[in-house]
Amino acid sequence: MPSAPLLLSQAFNGLALGTLLALVSSGLTIILGTLGVLNFAHGALFMLGAYAMYVVATATGSYVLAVVVGAAFMLVVGVALERGLVRLFYARPHEDQILVTFGAGIVFTEVARAIFGGNALTVPTPSWGQGIVHLGFLFYPTYRLQLIGIIAALLFALYLVLYRTSIGLVVRAGIEDARMVGILGINVRRAFLGVFALGVVTAGVSGMLYAPIISVEPDMGSNFLVQAFVVIVIGGLGSFPGAVVGGLVAGEIIALTSAFNAAYSDVMLYAVMALLLVLRPQGLFGSEGRV
Amino acid sequence: MARRFGPELAMALVLIAAPFVLPHLGFSFDLLQRILDWGIIGLGFDLLFGATGLLSFGQAAFYGTGGFVSAYLLTAHIVGSVWLALAIGTVAAGLFGLLVGWLAVRRIGIYFTMITLAFGQMAFFLENSPLAGLTGGENGLPGVPVPSLAGHKLTAGEPLYWALAAIFLAGFVLARRILHSPFGTVLRAIKQNTARAGMTGHSVPAYKLAVFVIAALYAGLAGGLLGVLQSYMPPDAFMLDTSGQLVVQTVIGGVGTLIGPLVGATIWLWLRDNLQLIPHLGALWKLVLGLIFIALVVVLKRGIAGEVAFLVSRRSTRAAEQDVPEEGGEAAVMPVKAPALALGAPLVATGPDVPALRAIGVSKFYGGLHAVEGVSFDVRRGSIHAVIGPNGAGKSTLFKMLKDEIPPTAGEVLLFGNRITGLGPTRTAQLGIGKSNQLNQLFLDMTAEENLRIAALARARGTFRTDLWREASSLPEVERQVRAAIETVGLAHRAQVPAHVLPYGEKRRLEIGIALATGPNVLLLDEPLAGMSPAERVATRALVREIARTRTLVIVEHDMDAIFELAERITVLYEGRLLAEGTPEEIQRNQAVQDAYLGGMHEEGMQGEGVHA
Repeated sequence: MPSAPLLLSQAFNGLALGTLLALVSSGLTIILGTLGVLNFAHGALFMLGAYAMYVVATATGSYVLAVVVGAAFMLVVGVALERGLVRLFYARPHEDQILVTFGAGIVFTEVARAIFGGNALTVPTPSWGQGIVHLGFLFYPTYRLQLIGIIAALLFALYLVLYRTSIGLVVRAGIEDARMVGILGINVRRAFLGVFALGVVTAGVSGMLYAPIISVEPDMGSNFLVQAFVVIVIGGLGSFPGAVVGGLVAGEIIALTSAFNAAYSDVMLYAVMALLLVLRPQGLFGSEGRV
Repeated sequence: MARRFGPELAMALVLIAAPFVLPHLGFSFDLLQRILDWGIIGLGFDLLFGATGLLSFGQAAFYGTGGFVSAYLLTAHIVGSVWLALAIGTVAAGLFGLLVGWLAVRRIGIYFTMITLAFGQMAFFLENSPLAGLTGGENGLPGVPVPSLAGHKLTAGEPLYWALAAIFLAGFVLARRILHSPFGTVLRAIKQNTARAGMTGHSVPAYKLAVFVIAALYAGLAGGLLGVLQSYMPPDAFMLDTSGQLVVQTVIGGVGTLIGPLVGATIWLWLRDNLQLIPHLGALWKLVLGLIFIALVVVLKRGIAGEVAFLVSRRSTRAAEQDVPEEGGEAAVMPVKAPALALGAPLVATGPDVPALRAIGVSKFYGGLHAVEGVSFDVRRGSIHAVIGPNGAGKSTLFKMLKDEIPPTAGEVLLFGNRITGLGPTRTAQLGIGKSNQLNQLFLDMTAEENLRIAALARARGTFRTDLWREASSLPEVERQVRAAIETVGLAHRAQVPAHVLPYGEKRRLEIGIALATGPNVLLLDEPLAGMSPAERVATRALVREIARTRTLVIVEHDMDAIFELAERITVLYEGRLLAEGTPEEIQRNQAVQDAYLGGMHEEGMQGEGVHA
């Protein structure tokens, strides 16, 4: 049995990882919930965000500017991807949607490799985030601590968009019944574009925020893609609150399992996912058959 | 002979010619072996995805399992024979496939894909750390020996190529047999229309699980061979990239062609090995592939081998399609006297007073909506029994409960005195309830004859059988059944026409034919005349009467002339409840029924029966 301080610090690590997974996954889940598309390119979009951060932050030295410019860039990517490709697939089988977004992910990954090469790049920690904070039970890097707060704020902003604006109302209504929303005379096509772009920007911003912590490389997204799948399965496919709670649960599963036996932390994550898919496929917050 | 085994012979020739031709085009023996290895895992994957429509992103789990079990047995000197180790690895992968498949096939679409992906990742991380002591973890297992044959070591290079080519050819022959067997016909039916395949009496989950295991066996063998051909078992066999590469190669080569994965692997690996040599272009090989892949998914959905196969087969399909009349211009074909069916559901020995079908207090509630409430009636054996009622009366919902397609909220249904509620549509089909649907549920890309064969196979073979080796059309009584059904519904001249080409009226008759070919004792027809021209209605009425001579018929229909002409007894539903029951004369005289159809039903006129929203 691990000691209490170790468990506490691992639980905190789980919180840090969990908030990030929550943000990445919320982008995936609002697209899935509203459009019915499981976006296999989500991990590659995360990666594009990280590269956008790398380019702008190293050129200007300003992280805030990098996030703003990067988000605008991701918005363009999201609109282009929806208009050019994904839109053609709303009426096609799920298998085709999976295939085409998977293909888009390959292309994004390879474009990044062609431009930046395959080597891992590093984005330095911003000046305001350097150093280490003593939390009493744990020494923690300042930036990672700030990140928990930044992501919490972003998730809250996303919550406001989804629950306090008219586009959010369309998104949530679309999750219930997309056809009905169309019948009511709402421009579903534009709403779908907005939702898809919002999901893409969310993925990209996650990548930007995480870039100073991990090495930036073309294949960095695939692990996050698969972990985001786990999160939305735990939370319930298409559910925003589910993605947040699922992200935190997944983060804690990984962190706490490694307190006992690090070898099993990822195994445990996927075992939980597999079991949930079998026993409670609707997840914690979802209803089965919606997607 | 050459015609029947054409693809097998062609494949053998290609495999023999390849080492003489392809090295000039930049293919090394090593590359050829890898292509064949991908081809082997691809054969199983194409049966799973191409034939059955199940998209797995977890084939790496079985590839890796087969590979590491074989490699471990050999490198730890537990097993001396490479062939034996390969066989054990293959079986191990199959057993893992049985476990994963058992959990995965209950779910469809996104859920199925994600379950396979989750298990794939779990297997990867299991190999990587907890089992690293056995598998070498990130280092893999080096030193996998090559097999021997008749005392000769099959060393890397040409000898091993021939071994792999022989194994691939055997796998290809087997996969083609499976595809054209009764078993494979059911797989294709599941892809085309899962619900109807189940309704005709095939156990869909059992077939899905079986093909999942078959795909895992192919993957396990390919994994074992991977270790052998590079004398090293790499951990990346377990990676998600492996599963993804397999999917991409299959789509590029052609889904549903069996050789698609091989063709795709040829392109993928050749591009990788040869584009890399070109300066400035080397890094782009995968980008090129990704773009090709997207283009294929968007536009050319058949892939390369699929496109070729389509061009070859188009001539014969066109000929068959040519004399199919344009929509609306069709002449109604009067059914000849219906030949007796060769196969029928087992008859239940009961007294003559036991009704063929008895509904007891059957109800279906959707939340507050009472679609059907407390409906009871008997269907006399050998009669034509009609269920009528205005739109929204609950007729189709009631019908679905008669076959147990949907579970009733309350009440039960008895077939010849035995309770069938709770058994599901597959079991009830086997017990002798056939049903044609209000909306056509056909196997659209299969011919009219194949559509009927699927139904007849369910009667002849029961819910599940693994007859992988025999030809689908080689069961004499099934073929007699197909012929009888196709003549009964007047589609003999359309036997070889794909169902999606048929004009609407003929599709409608094929829908009835599928129900008939299951050899039912009780046949439920949900609006058989809907959307038919007046001439077709006359023909179909005669057809219904003909079918009813040898079985019990329950029919839902809006055409009152037809109902009053055909039915011996009529049950009238109104807003989910039983309004009246009796002979056609009684129903015609019934005041409540007249009111219901005039739409002027008043609550007080229903003696306290509330009107449900």
